[in-house]
Amino acid sequence: MQVTLAIKRFNPESDKPQPHYEEFTVDVEEHFTVLDSLIKVREEVDESLALRCSCRASICGSCAMRVEGHATLACKTKLISVMDGQSKVRIEPMTNQPVIKDLVVDMKPFWDKIRDVEPWLQPQEPEPEDEYIAPNEAMIHLTGVMGCIMCGACVSDCTVLEVDPNFLGPAALAKAYRFVGDPRDDADKHRLKELSKYTGIWDCTRCYECVEVCPKGVAPMDRIMALRDRAIAAGFDGNYGARHTEAFSDLVEHSGWLDELRMIPKTFGMFNPLSLGPLLGMIPIGLRALRRRKLPPIRHKSIPGVKNVRRIFKKVEARK
Amino acid sequence: MAVYEHDVLVVGAGLAGMRATIAADAGGANVAMITKVHPVRSHSNAAQGGINAALTSRGDDWDDHALATVKGSDYLGDQDAIEVMCSEAGDTLIELEHMGVIFNRDEEGHLGTRRFGGQEVARTFFVADITGQALLQVLYEQIVKSQARIYEEWFVTSLVMVDGQCRGVVALELMTGQLHLIKSKAVILATGGSGRVYEPSTNGLIVTGEGMAMAYRAGAALMDMEMVQYHPTTLKGNGILMTEAARGEGAYLLNSEGDRFMEKYAPNMMELASRDVVSRAVQTEINEGRGVDGCVLLDLRHLGRELIETKLSYINEVALDFVNVNLADQPVPIRPGCHYIMGGIKTDVNGATTIPGLYAAGECANVSVHGGNRLGANSLLDTIVFGRRSGHTAATYAAEAGEKAISESVINADRDFIKLLMSREPGNDSWAKIRRDMGDTMNEHVAVFRNEDGMQTAVKAILQLKERFAQLAVRDNSQVFNTSLLFTMELGFMLDVAETICVSALARKESRGAHYRTDIPERDDENWMRHILVHASPEGPSIDYLPVVITRWQPQARSY
Repeated sequence: MQVTLAIKRFNPESDKPQPHYEEFTVDVEEHFTVLDSLIKVREEVDESLALRCSCRASICGSCAMRVEGHATLACKTKLISVMDGQSKVRIEPMTNQPVIKDLVVDMKPFWDKIRDVEPWLQPQEPEPEDEYIAPNEAMIHLTGVMGCIMCGACVSDCTVLEVDPNFLGPAALAKAYRFVGDPRDDADKHRLKELSKYTGIWDCTRCYECVEVCPKGVAPMDRIMALRDRAIAAGFDGNYGARHTEAFSDLVEHSGWLDELRMIPKTFGMFNPLSLGPLLGMIPIGLRALRRRKLPPIRHKSIPGVKNVRRIFKKVEARK
Repeated sequence: MAVYEHDVLVVGAGLAGMRATIAADAGGANVAMITKVHPVRSHSNAAQGGINAALTSRGDDWDDHALATVKGSDYLGDQDAIEVMCSEAGDTLIELEHMGVIFNRDEEGHLGTRRFGGQEVARTFFVADITGQALLQVLYEQIVKSQARIYEEWFVTSLVMVDGQCRGVVALELMTGQLHLIKSKAVILATGGSGRVYEPSTNGLIVTGEGMAMAYRAGAALMDMEMVQYHPTTLKGNGILMTEAARGEGAYLLNSEGDRFMEKYAPNMMELASRDVVSRAVQTEINEGRGVDGCVLLDLRHLGRELIETKLSYINEVALDFVNVNLADQPVPIRPGCHYIMGGIKTDVNGATTIPGLYAAGECANVSVHGGNRLGANSLLDTIVFGRRSGHTAATYAAEAGEKAISESVINADRDFIKLLMSREPGNDSWAKIRRDMGDTMNEHVAVFRNEDGMQTAVKAILQLKERFAQLAVRDNSQVFNTSLLFTMELGFMLDVAETICVSALARKESRGAHYRTDIPERDDENWMRHILVHASPEGPSIDYLPVVITRWQPQARSY
């Protein structure tokens, strides 16, 4: 069978460097991966096509790129799974990372953020003579996170990084979880305190893209949510993110549904001078909502079955 | 020109390279690491099953591990080196655990074990079936902590030799296309294996043997290059590794008649005989018509879904992705495939090569602890033990090495070679074609079963490929991330490695370990308890011999 690869190319050495699409039509076998077809182009059609790849077995993390608009490992993606009856497949470099050439991106920002979470075990002292004793379940659980091959797919498609490049991002936060969740690590408090600051766990918007695109099932967003729980439990609840979470749950417990108007002062804190800015900043948004008749009702009524909702909350509380 | 200068420069950033760097750093040296890919992309991450260690604290005996290793090596391993590796294994393992490796545990929370090939005792420690990756990540964490300098995506093109000593390297910075001189009082090669000299191979595309070739060109001895391991269970089609841990956990090998054929070849150890034995058995079944579509079957169904999903999740993912097989429901087709080279740069137990200032560790080195056949899960141990020892020794050496003047003109030869490659008129040939022809040749003639005629054919073919290489042009003249240039230079190194494998194989007139000759099927202890050394000379590879070191274990008939 034949496939046409529409590859987004970029040559920094051309007179006017400009990203552009170039199409290559090649004969492929049914079992070919996207990587197989790219290697075929590189070996038989255009030796100058730049991409990183090595293991062909989704373990080295070199060949992350965007295929049909989503980040993935080229070696793990069968052509046939993305062709969808079409004969053309769009292949682009990862986003949220500067392109060096063709499908090769600069991953320095990625590694800098990994570095920022102090990615090494800070164990309890004194070191035991033999191994640390740890429950197997905890180790198996961490193996799921350690399965991260640092390919950058989640960072590529992270919707927060798109608007705020300072966000630590899903890969670094999953890495941080790997230590916070490690029964041998003794720096939980310090780590959670740092992670609760701006650029950390509260900046995730829970869009699920990282979970969707992760080729190794690491589910970075779930790890970020677990870090939030641990941060609040450890007492780092004085920030907007933690207060937002608590306000959300308080309001739903009270009336059975979300009271969006009261959510705002509860999150920012009514009498907090530092909150004056953000609170005033909400006014234009409120006015726009009013104009479009989307302002929530001033009088917030409880739903009819609110007692049942409260009972659910009580049960959950009792379980903790 | 910027001048880079270090006490110790480590080439390669897999497990051996990173462990060496950490040791040299701890030894107070100004150490840097240079690597053609980011450290976590190194091929160590593909090691799946585990790492061997006899923990004396729980009653295991490292003597027993050493004996299994000696027998596994088919008595070609140097027993003094094997004793070093096995006696240091326990401390090495605990050190890795303390660094942060999340080894699987037993029910009491102690380190858990699984069985591996060629050993009666379960002493393989593991992280599911991603042990290599888990170790690699943790060593990288330690490197980040140490703040050692990393020249990342720099490709070393040659060693700098001054008065017979190694004093640095010349390297190509891929991002800019610039050649640089990096001076260093000691250089440690940790460049990994050369599996891609064969096609197919379990090895990543980056595993191209340049460290071995560079040392060879600089005058170092390569040893036992004929000893190339074929892993018994690689996936049909693309040849991806299916870990020995599958059999360690109890999987069967079945032929087309549904028989557990290992009964015939290794009645005691069955599927867990050493790799050379199992690979020959699988290949024999296929050759004699009891295969399934050029393969035999690896059957895990009786292990149950839960075990497969927790302890063997990665190979389950691979089988699903590439051959659409769920291991809990169906057996998976496998065949032997090129996996590891026991041969390499000759070193002593401290990583010292035959060249002053040049050290080697990991798969590119030959200490020799694996001899004619490496036991599964001994390679990770090898990288960590001898990585550490070489880092420590190189730091000590560098502290006393003194200064030497090095002219910047040492980069001229490589600069001229690159210019030449880029200025040649492109013909019909390409690096990819030559590389494929080389891989096919090696896989046909210097594989599981070998004979004089086949190996002679291979030597001639490799020489012809070298002639083609001498005419080869690089079609891409760019500076930034020019992979066409990179692959062409790699190919030049690979052809040297292929040649040394062929001539060493021809020289060994017996069958031992992975080197099995159908024309001389017996092991010959009287004449061949010897290593084969190969040196570069103007006339081509020259062969030399060295007796095997025996401490406690005399050669015995080998059966499993």
